[in-house]
Amino acid sequence: MMPIEKYILAVVTTNPNKVPAGTHVFHCQDKKEMDHFAANLEAILDGIAHSLSDEVYIIVKH
Amino acid sequence: MNEYVYPVLAGLAAGTFARMYMLRTDYRQYPTFLHGKIIHLSIGFIAAGLGAIVVPSFMEEEFTAITFLTLAASQFREVRNMERNTLTEVDQYELVGRGKTYIEGIAIAFEGRNYLVILTSFVTTASYLIFNLWAAVAVSIVSLLLCRKLMSGGRLGEIVDIEYKEPYFEGAGLYVDNIYIMNIGHPERQKEVLKYGMGFILTPKNFNARTTIANLGQRQAILHDVSTALGIFRDSGTPALVPLAKRDLDDGRVGVFVLPQERNIEKAKEIIQNVPTLETAIRMPTKAEVNQKG
Repeated sequence: MMPIEKYILAVVTTNPNKVPAGTHVFHCQDKKEMDHFAANLEAILDGIAHSLSDEVYIIVKH
Repeated sequence: MNEYVYPVLAGLAAGTFARMYMLRTDYRQYPTFLHGKIIHLSIGFIAAGLGAIVVPSFMEEEFTAITFLTLAASQFREVRNMERNTLTEVDQYELVGRGKTYIEGIAIAFEGRNYLVILTSFVTTASYLIFNLWAAVAVSIVSLLLCRKLMSGGRLGEIVDIEYKEPYFEGAGLYVDNIYIMNIGHPERQKEVLKYGMGFILTPKNFNARTTIANLGQRQAILHDVSTALGIFRDSGTPALVPLAKRDLDDGRVGVFVLPQERNIEKAKEIIQNVPTLETAIRMPTKAEVNQKG
């Protein structure tokens, strides 16, 4: 199995318009929920939550 | 008992002692316990034996016996492979890995030390046969000192200046001085990073050093050594807490970001100073002809 590297595993956002198609999106109500989702996804997916803007986090495997 | 027994024994003893002397366990904790040590002591003993019989076989005009040394060379190359394989396997489970360059450096050292053992026992036996026991003792002491000098390489402190800088965030970007390290999105992680993180700026003292510290393996070695000596605030499943070293493209300075368990600036500086400059990372661009023309 090829390990996945440098890959967007999921996107956590409050503004789905900014997110490209073809990836897993978690649509959150507010920043607090977004942080909560991001923290859990980080631990589960072993990826880092990078912030592209206040509205979008991407979880990336390095 | 013939006239060669004592000289060969003297060479054997000197060589084995030299291997013991070069097999110090230090903060890098390798090799640690008895099994790892026994492997290297036994191979060192064999090396000493080979070195010791060179002069007697020469004196007996048994020249074919000397060709056995080639066998030794292939044996010791095997030692290097063994070390490389073991360390590469183990490296996957380190929180902060050594990196391939560092491993290669260690493996080279293990092979090289066996040749120093051969040299030590060779000169000891030779001086015993040519002069006497006391000459052999004196020569073995000299060669031990020589071994010590040969086996210690350069240190990072010789080629860079180290300065402490508090890491900070600009938006989601983590910086050490003006060097961008990484993007950390989650506010909780950012807090942890600021609480535990330490930043250091390595300024190269000359053009050669600039290329040496740019080497990714050399940078990984710095991170590994700091994390080993001061502990590391990290676990599996916390990928955001990762020590990193990034480069300023303009002037070749390197920003080192670490997350030690013990936040002691002076100790950390000293550790970075003592990181070995890896043989395979050293570059000498100033020696290139084009650069010497002025």
